[in-house]
Amino acid sequence: MIFTTVSNEPLTGQIWRMRLTGEQVEVRAGQFVEIQLPSFFLRRPISICDAESKDGRTMLTLIYKVVGGGTRELTAFGYGDELDLLVPLGNGYELERSGSEVMLIGGGVGVPPLYLLAKHLRAKGKKVSVFHGFNTASEVFYEREFKELGCKVTVATADGTKGEKGFVTDAIKAVYKDNVKAPYYYACGPVAMLRAVKSQLGPDGEMSMEERMGCGFGVCMGCSIETRSGARRVCKDGPVFKAKELIL
Amino acid sequence: MNMMSVILSGVELANPVIPASGTFGFGEEMSGWYDLNCLGAISFKGTTREARYGNPLPRIAECGNYGMINAVGLQNPGIEEVLKNQLPRLRELYKGVIIANVSGFSVEDYRYVCGLLDSEERVSLIEVNVSCPNVHNGGMAFGTTAEAAAEVTRAVRAVTKKPVYMKLSPNVTDIVPIACACADAGADGLCLINTVLGMRIDIRRRMPVIANRYGGYSGKGIFPISLRMVNQVARGLLQAGYEQVPIIGCGGVETAEDVIEMMMAGASAVEVGAANLRNPMVCKEIIERLPEVMRELGIAELREIVGACA
Ligand SMILES: Cc1cc2nc3c(=O)[nH]c(=O)nc-3n(C[C@H](O)[C@H](O)[C@H](O)COP(=O)(O)OP(=O)(O)OC[C@H]3O[C@@H](n4cnc5c(N)ncnc54)[C@H](O)[C@@H]3O)c2cc1C
Ligand SMILES: Cc1cc2nc3c(=O)[nH]c(=O)nc-3n(C[C@H](O)[C@H](O)[C@H](O)COP(=O)(O)O)c2cc1C
Ligand code: FES
Repeated sequence: MIFTTVSNEPLTGQIWRMRLTGEQVEVRAGQFVEIQLPSFFLRRPISICDAESKDGRTMLTLIYKVVGGGTRELTAFGYGDELDLLVPLGNGYELERSGSEVMLIGGGVGVPPLYLLAKHLRAKGKKVSVFHGFNTASEVFYEREFKELGCKVTVATADGTKGEKGFVTDAIKAVYKDNVKAPYYYACGPVAMLRAVKSQLGPDGEMSMEERMGCGFGVCMGCSIETRSGARRVCKDGPVFKAKELIL
Repeated sequence: MNMMSVILSGVELANPVIPASGTFGFGEEMSGWYDLNCLGAISFKGTTREARYGNPLPRIAECGNYGMINAVGLQNPGIEEVLKNQLPRLRELYKGVIIANVSGFSVEDYRYVCGLLDSEERVSLIEVNVSCPNVHNGGMAFGTTAEAAAEVTRAVRAVTKKPVYMKLSPNVTDIVPIACACADAGADGLCLINTVLGMRIDIRRRMPVIANRYGGYSGKGIFPISLRMVNQVARGLLQAGYEQVPIIGCGGVETAEDVIEMMMAGASAVEVGAANLRNPMVCKEIIERLPEVMRELGIAELREIVGACA
């Protein structure tokens, strides 16, 4: 599907936000796109941060970190430039599994897909507490945007330059202490974070995984992980899994 | 017969375009992108005797704009499961020719899987991947010597009446004697090439990108290699007096022009692999464009050009 770039600019140092419009697509929070780039053979998977549909068109928001050649090439696209996307891919989060109160836990570029999720959860009237972990204050993004949705936001930075000092699990501990049972959670971030979250909060939640992909739509077996219910493709059976399925 | 149809050992394909094994799953996921019935045939994911999880991750590395390396390690649900679930589901979605791609780690493995496939009416043709390591011979791939490739061919030939196509590895010094040995041992046809052994290193971490260290390189970067090998084998077979051993050409094909070039080199049909991963619509797009390219080049029937340069 061809999408047209509307805007593409840095939010903080290496983190960029891109907006594109194209033919209307139905998107679930937690799904992703695969972007074709001229200089690279494989597409690049990026989570959908927001999707707004109107008059048969959908505007997608993607937030990405520049980490290598592909994401660097993506920064060169500007207003009016076209990109070939596969969208939407993957399964997405299950909104119905959680109760009236939920926790969203994001680390670094694991934060973007939680935005659309927060939007959908808020639309269902759920009370949403958000915990975000970053390395340092200058890397923090989307704190205000989550607040504007009516979420309670707690930020942790590893170096303590903003919010709680430490990891996102330290921020959760500071709010919930040890004696309060935390609600159902949705998490996205590096594996080390997911592992810490699962050991802190237990298996009652969902987590989004990341793996190198060949296709992104379930045919190459490039992204299969071993789970408690056997081999699962991150791109097609995921990227969202029940925390209890994952072997972290 | 229409102007695009081709024949592989008595099996008629409406056109020469076949998605290559491992890049199309068992068809189900691809049917979301387009109606599979436009395809000449489908070669499904390499199937083994037992279910396999495959290699550790990462299994995929990129090679610029030219292709990719994979070390999936033959992840598949095992032949019994494939016969029971994947194949019936594929048949519901697709009425055309189904090619079963078979892998094994011993001669007995190949014999067992092909024996089961022999009575499976949904399968028209068996493609035997001999690029796998032989566990009884220090892990050396069957396809790397003429003797081992012939041994697998004989074993498979003995258990099935279906056309048997041996899928050869390019990672050899001379592919022609291996191809001839397979033909001697009773192969109906050949498929070449499988992936080219390759490697990438993450220079920041000073580590191989692929957990398995090496993997199979494929995609448009290998097209000149696969074309050359198809041509060498086509010529070698002719010189050795094998007139009726069709070749399925595979490796780096991305466009309708590539299909025609591969056929001129000696291929009777053409598989498209890694290109499906970049563009899931690619096979359909190639098939739709073929008549136009045929017209431009003055080709009345595709069958005519097979081996035009052999
Ligand atoms: C489902 C999913 C959702 C993602 N969502 C986001 C997002 O919203 N924002 C964001 O910034 N990043 C996201 N990523 C990670 C992003 O895909 C990689 O950072 C990106 O592909 C790197 O490409 P590159 O060419 O810049 O880096 P290079 O390192 O040069 O890429 C080389 C190859 O490795 C792959 N690769 C490298 N890093 C990763 C990684 N972490 N995960 C998967 N493949 C990788 C690339 O796709 C490419 O094939 C997501 C990954 C997945 C699997
Ligand atoms: C991800 C992936 C998985 C593959 N799996 C198989 C397989 O199971 N059996 C097989 O015979 N070939 C397998 N192949 C090889 C392809 O079928 C094909 O021979 C090779 O990739 C060269 O063609 P290409 O350049 O068009 O990809 C695989 C290739 C890729 C990229
Ligand atoms: S990336 Fe191909 S199956 Fe997941």
